[in-house]
Amino acid sequence: MLEVRWHGRGGQGAVTSVELLALAAIGEGRFAQGFPSFGPERRGAPVAAFNRVDEKRIRRRCVIASPDVVVVLDESLIGLVNVTDGLKPDGVLVVNTSRTAAEIRKALNYKGRLAMVDASAIAVQELGTPITNTTMLGALIRATKVVKLASVAAPLEHRFGRIAPRNQKALQRAYEEVKIH
Amino acid sequence: MSKRIGMEIALAAAEAVALCRPDVIAAYPITPNTHIPEHLSDIVAEGRLDAEFICVESEHSAMSACAGASGTGARAFTATSSQGLLYMDEVLGIVSSMRLPVVMAIGNRAISGPINIWNDHSDIMTMRDLGWLSLFAANGQEAVDMMIQSFKIAEDAAVQLPINVNLDGFQLTHMVEALFLPDQKEVDRFLPRRKPYAALHPDHPVTMGALGMPDIFTEATKARDQALVDSRKVILKVWKEWEKQFGRRYEPIEAYKTKGADVVMMTMGSMGETAEIAVDELRKDGVPVGLLKLKLWRPFPFEEMKKAVRGVKTLIVTDRCCSLGGPGGPLAAEVRSALYAEAARPVIENALIGLGGRDVTVDDFKQMFRQAGKSKGIYEFYGVRG
Repeated sequence: MLEVRWHGRGGQGAVTSVELLALAAIGEGRFAQGFPSFGPERRGAPVAAFNRVDEKRIRRRCVIASPDVVVVLDESLIGLVNVTDGLKPDGVLVVNTSRTAAEIRKALNYKGRLAMVDASAIAVQELGTPITNTTMLGALIRATKVVKLASVAAPLEHRFGRIAPRNQKALQRAYEEVKIH
Repeated sequence: MSKRIGMEIALAAAEAVALCRPDVIAAYPITPNTHIPEHLSDIVAEGRLDAEFICVESEHSAMSACAGASGTGARAFTATSSQGLLYMDEVLGIVSSMRLPVVMAIGNRAISGPINIWNDHSDIMTMRDLGWLSLFAANGQEAVDMMIQSFKIAEDAAVQLPINVNLDGFQLTHMVEALFLPDQKEVDRFLPRRKPYAALHPDHPVTMGALGMPDIFTEATKARDQALVDSRKVILKVWKEWEKQFGRRYEPIEAYKTKGADVVMMTMGSMGETAEIAVDELRKDGVPVGLLKLKLWRPFPFEEMKKAVRGVKTLIVTDRCCSLGGPGGPLAAEVRSALYAEAARPVIENALIGLGGRDVTVDDFKQMFRQAGKSKGIYEFYGVRG
C-alpha cells in the first residue's frame, strides 16, 4: 500500500488532487482512498489531504502518520509546517519549487529521495493561475509510478470539463520536467 | 453487476437515495452530512430525479416537512448531523408514532460542547429511544446499500416506521473510495413503490397524530415497542433479499475471526474496519482475538448478541459516546442488559474511544486487546490525558 500526504493552502486544491489520484487508481481496477484533513478549512491556511492506494480493499480508516510520499504544493509552507514529519526513510518528497535541491535539503534537513519541479511557473503558463494541484499530480506520478499517466485523463475530464485539456497539459509538463534527486 | 467506481461516500449515498426515487427531500445543511442533500439538490436540478427538494429554514422544518410529505403517502428523505439532529428532536418521536417511514441519513458528529464538528456517535444516541430503526455503516459500500435497504425496510407493511442510516462524519462522509453503485433497473427490481397504510388527502380526511389520553398512552407505547421488536424479522428478510440480488451479506452483528477467540472487541461504524487489521496482526502473533461489528442498533439484536459471545472470556465493547453520569457508553449498557441473564457470559469491559474526532489507530486497538481484563471500572476513557 502506498500512502501519500499532500500539503497545501486552503484554495490550492489539495482535496481535488487526492480525489483525482483516488479516481485514477480506482479506474485502473485497484483500490484507493482520498480524504481531506478533517475539519474546517480556511482559504490560505495550511491544509493537508491524504491518499492510500493498494491492490486490496483498504480497511485502514485512521490518519496517515508515516507516509511513503509527501507532496508540497506551496513551498512557502516549508519552515512553517513540518512537511517531512513521519515520512518513511525510503519515501519520497515531491516539492513545488524553483530553488535548488541543496537549498531544499538544507531548509528541511532532509537526506531522502527528492523530486522537484517549478509547478507554479508551469501552472501560470498553462492555466494562467498559480494553482498547482493538477500540475503536482504529474510530478507525483513520475516520482512514484503510483498510477499510469493515462489513468488521470478521465478523472480530469470529469472534474474540469472544458478546462481539462489545459490541466492535462500542465500535468504532462510537470511529469516531464520533474527532476528526481 | 455494475462496475466498481470511485466516489465520495456522501455523494454515493445521495446517488443511492436518488435511485430509490424519493418524492420529497427536505434538508438543512450542517457539517459533515451536507454533501448528501447538496448532491441530491444537484440531481434534482439536473432533472435526473423527479422530486420536490424543499430548502427549509431549519432541521425542525426539515423533519416536519418529511412528516407531512410522508403522511400523504410520499417517499420522504432527509439528512443531518449533530446539532441539526438535536434541532429536529421534537418531531422525531411524532414521526415514529405516526408510523411514517421517513428515511434519514446521519453523518455522525459529536454534540457540542466544547464546540466540535468531528465524528463520534453522541448525536444518534440522543434519539435512540424515539422509535426509529437504526443502522450503522462500516464503509462506503454499506452506506450505499443501507440507504436503499432502508426504504424497503421502513415501508414494509409490517414495519411502517422511520429509519436512520448512520455513517461516520468525515471518516466516511468525506472519503473518496471504491464502491459499487447499483443501476436504476436493479434498484427498481428490489424496491417497489410505497403503499401507504393511510394517506392524507383533502377528499378523504383521516386523523394522524391524535391526542393519546392516559387511558390509551400505555397501550400506544406498547404497540410502538412491539412494532420495533417485530421489525427485526423484516430487516432480516430484506437483508436476505439484498444478498440474493446483490451478493453482499448483511447481519445484525457481523463476526470477524471470533472462532476460538478469548478476547473479542465490539465496534459500531467505520472503526470496525481498522479494528479488523489489529485482529489480523494479533492473530498472526498467535493471540486469539476477534471482532464483532454491530450493524443494527435499533431494534437491538438481543438474540444475536447472546449467540455472538458464546465461549468468549472477555468482551471489550467500544463506544464512541459517553452517557454522561451514566453507565459508560450506550452500546456497553445495551450489551450488559442483553447478557445479564446468561449463565455463562464474558467479562464485559467498556472503552470510550474516538470521541469528537480523536483518531483511533490499529495500534490503539492492539493496545486495548492487550489490556483486556485489566479495566478498573465499568468503563474507561481509553488514552485520556490527565
